[in-house]
Amino acid sequence: MTALAGEALELAEEHPTQQRRRRRLHGRWALPLWGWLVIAWLCAPIIVMIVFGFNNYPGKFNTNWHGFTFKWYRHLFAIGDLTTSLENSLSIAAIVTVIATILGTLLGMSLGRYRFFGSGSVNLLLFANIAAPEIVLGAALLSFFLTLGIPRGYWTIVIAHVMFSIAYVAVTVKARMAGMDPALEEASRDLGAGPVVTFFRVTLPMLMPGVLAGALLTFALSIDDYIITSFNNGSTQTFPLWVYGASQRNGGSVPAQVNVMGTLIFGFGVLVAVIGFAVNREKKVRDSS
Amino acid sequence: MTWSRLRAKLAPYWLVLPAWLWLVIFFVVPTLVMLSVSTMTGNLLDGFKQTWHWSTYSHGWSLYHVQFVRSIVYGLIATALCLVIAYPVAYWIAFRGGRHKSSLLFLLLLPFFVSFVIRTQSWGFILSDHGLALNWARDLHVLGLLKDVHLVSSSGSILQTPVAVVGGLVYNFLPFTVLPIYVALERVDPALLEASSDLYANKASAFSKVVLPLSMPGVFAAVLLTFVPVASDYVNATILGGTKTTMIGNIIQTEYFTNSDYPTAAALSFILMAALLIGVFAYARALGTEDVLEMAAR
Amino acid sequence: MNSPLDGLPPDLVRGLTSPRLSRRRALQIGGLSALGLSLAACGIPAAPGSKLGLHAAREQITKFWMQHAKNTGQLNFENWPLYIDVGKGNDHPSLDLFTKQTGIKVKYDEGIQDDDSYFGKIQPVLAAGQSIGWDIIVITNGIYLDRLVNLDYLIPLDQNAMPNFYANASPLVLDPSFDRGNVYTMAWQSGMTGIAYNPKYIDREITSWEDLQDPAFRGKIGMFADIEDTPNSALCAIGVNPETSTEADWRKAADWLKKQRPLVRKYYQQDYVAPLSKGDLWISLAWSGDIFQANASGSNLKFVVPKEGAPLWTDNMCIPVHAQHPRDAMTYMDWVYQPKIATLLAEYINYITPVPATQPLIMADAKAAKSKDDKEFYTQLAESPLIFPSKADYSKLHRYRVLDSAEEQVWDSLFEPIYQS
Repeated sequence: MTALAGEALELAEEHPTQQRRRRRLHGRWALPLWGWLVIAWLCAPIIVMIVFGFNNYPGKFNTNWHGFTFKWYRHLFAIGDLTTSLENSLSIAAIVTVIATILGTLLGMSLGRYRFFGSGSVNLLLFANIAAPEIVLGAALLSFFLTLGIPRGYWTIVIAHVMFSIAYVAVTVKARMAGMDPALEEASRDLGAGPVVTFFRVTLPMLMPGVLAGALLTFALSIDDYIITSFNNGSTQTFPLWVYGASQRNGGSVPAQVNVMGTLIFGFGVLVAVIGFAVNREKKVRDSS
Repeated sequence: MTWSRLRAKLAPYWLVLPAWLWLVIFFVVPTLVMLSVSTMTGNLLDGFKQTWHWSTYSHGWSLYHVQFVRSIVYGLIATALCLVIAYPVAYWIAFRGGRHKSSLLFLLLLPFFVSFVIRTQSWGFILSDHGLALNWARDLHVLGLLKDVHLVSSSGSILQTPVAVVGGLVYNFLPFTVLPIYVALERVDPALLEASSDLYANKASAFSKVVLPLSMPGVFAAVLLTFVPVASDYVNATILGGTKTTMIGNIIQTEYFTNSDYPTAAALSFILMAALLIGVFAYARALGTEDVLEMAAR
Repeated sequence: MNSPLDGLPPDLVRGLTSPRLSRRRALQIGGLSALGLSLAACGIPAAPGSKLGLHAAREQITKFWMQHAKNTGQLNFENWPLYIDVGKGNDHPSLDLFTKQTGIKVKYDEGIQDDDSYFGKIQPVLAAGQSIGWDIIVITNGIYLDRLVNLDYLIPLDQNAMPNFYANASPLVLDPSFDRGNVYTMAWQSGMTGIAYNPKYIDREITSWEDLQDPAFRGKIGMFADIEDTPNSALCAIGVNPETSTEADWRKAADWLKKQRPLVRKYYQQDYVAPLSKGDLWISLAWSGDIFQANASGSNLKFVVPKEGAPLWTDNMCIPVHAQHPRDAMTYMDWVYQPKIATLLAEYINYITPVPATQPLIMADAKAAKSKDDKEFYTQLAESPLIFPSKADYSKLHRYRVLDSAEEQVWDSLFEPIYQS
């Protein structure tokens, strides 16, 4: 999915508006109104989450507004298990990103560049992996671990996350690779560079946006994953698992630290995206000048 | 053959090997293992033995066909709603976005930086009986109206009704619908639209005869990427649902973790996967898209 | 070690030092001591005991505890969430006190969310003969505790090391029906499953299980998605004591639940308190301690033990096999039965404490309390029938039905579809 997001954003950048002529004007407000309503609807729960991270509620339930406070920000790490689960999520996501990006990039490069015996079935494998429902992926892996008697924990989560991330990275890189001019690599080969050097100095830098998009995608998917993780986690908790568990236990009270963490992760993501935009824009300006 | 030519010939295979191995070991083999588990019998204490007990499938179907059908129905409704909501938005950004296209897309995707468990719980909070949504409905005096159109149950709740679950599904999977449609619309050459207006087509027929057909691959991808996860979801049903909204995903999860009935759980997972795959290929046939794999693999 | 007779088996020596032997002869025989050791079987051999009996088992247990006579200095304790006192930071004052008094460091974790998924997690490990990494785990009486016992996954306790327990435990948890003689378990806390309701939405008094089927509360009733509480409550509702119920009774209870189903809003895990406080639920199946805690933090809910009777459950400390620090586990388990320590825990946990002697101590804390809130809280705690049920209440409280594996199949097939589909 995020291959699409990246591609969508790229296309948006490359195709600024072409329309100059305005024809009829009435009825034109309908479409933007719809668009903004949808965006508002999408943002509604986020705003609620952010706001209730500042709620000064007594007792257990963060349900009614009791006044503004920063105390949950101050005591962000007060709940040991929650902090551990967040740490697990972040460390797992980091490890998974590294492994899946490397494996997926190699795979994507090969599929994008070569037509070899078996490439059709590899494509089919990737399609099946992306199309298969998460619950089937998670359940199958659990059956596998149960049959082999492998205890579930941190590393089975890593295995599961890499398993579903490879396909996304591969597809992203493959698309990028297919759009690349092979002439550059040939030129580098003609100039005497071996395949490894060519890879590192010519291919990889040109693939970089695709690789980075894939890596970012993997990181986001891994941090947010619930279903596959819940099947293969054993007793290790990740952030989404902990939050889900908290909502189902303890009388249904989710501590405000969760809101705060959600807000901070959200803010961080926004920051990264904004920086990405700014850098991209600057690059385009520089490239076009 | 020289060493370097051999290396060149084998290059694609070396590159593919590590990822391929990982997928085979942790995706293909587990799926086959799950197939074999589905025909085992036994229980947690005595262990499970392979007995080629295929009747687990029919037993699972007879016990849970209601939940299966419900999941497919919710999936279709949610996908349809997603399409209806997403298409205009994608169109708006692609054709009217102008300079702000990327910012609008970004705004659209922004909420999905937050973990979807938290987002769904936030909805649970907003939709509760004395929460924001229903308080507004009461203040605006539309509560009776909403009850009449069955958006709100007769006891005045949205939570624990199918409306809440389907609403949550639509909310959580909307980006999966918007993005493929957007990408497809973005590729429509504006020259084609100009050509159609030169040929005296009005806006409506320009849309239906030019834009819509060209966007079909995107719509197909959107349906695929939305329907499959929606029909197999269980988190929305758990957080927002009640007694009559149980989906097949909930059942599978319960069979694995509460009942430890692995054969039934595995059988149900297979039935679900088969149903979804058949649905997808049938739809692809109906659409006549050759590049099912290509479009969907995006 | 001066005499050559030293080191010889005693019966041989007795035989040898009878007056008939000359000293020289004795020495000669002594020189054959190496060979003679095999003659140690000389004498009347002991009757070989069977390894199957209770005595043999007791000997094994005694031997085990003799081998683990000393504390190792480390204890790994796995428990349910919010089931121990919490101090200002993230620490647990009672555990710190334990470390101070005994020198044993405690690793504490709240990894038990419910009995069935926890059992599912530890069973494969124990079946493979490995340690689960925890020395004390807390399991509710019921199907999973029975399974653990039947599979011999629990280490029997050292009965000689339980003085505080036997001195202070309440009759409710001493020699309970699910663990006669406290062979494997010592209670951690107990609780009642009854009815909770929000008086803001329900004017009348709630007294009976039938109130959970009142059509006036349609769509506002909560039940548990639980194989123990929901069925056993239904059995109480039809007027049957769950402990002695028969399959015919179970069918009637299942019918009662099916009749109720259209009125139920949701079958909750343990997240019913928030909806009850918010008004999404007006009435619900509930655990006594949850309601007490909710009220202590600002809610205004009422908890009732219905007149037909209600289930009483106990969460029990037990030691899984292959535990690495069993002696430290025994030390801790008995340590918490001192009234002062039990009070420390009871003042935080708010379930039925296994040590009734805490009641006067809590009253004393109430008197000594400085702030008004604390005073009120401790008084409430000491006087609450949810924490210290009266003798009259005892007769209304019933334990869960104990099931063998055949009965379990029937029970599951009757009740699971009601809340799982």
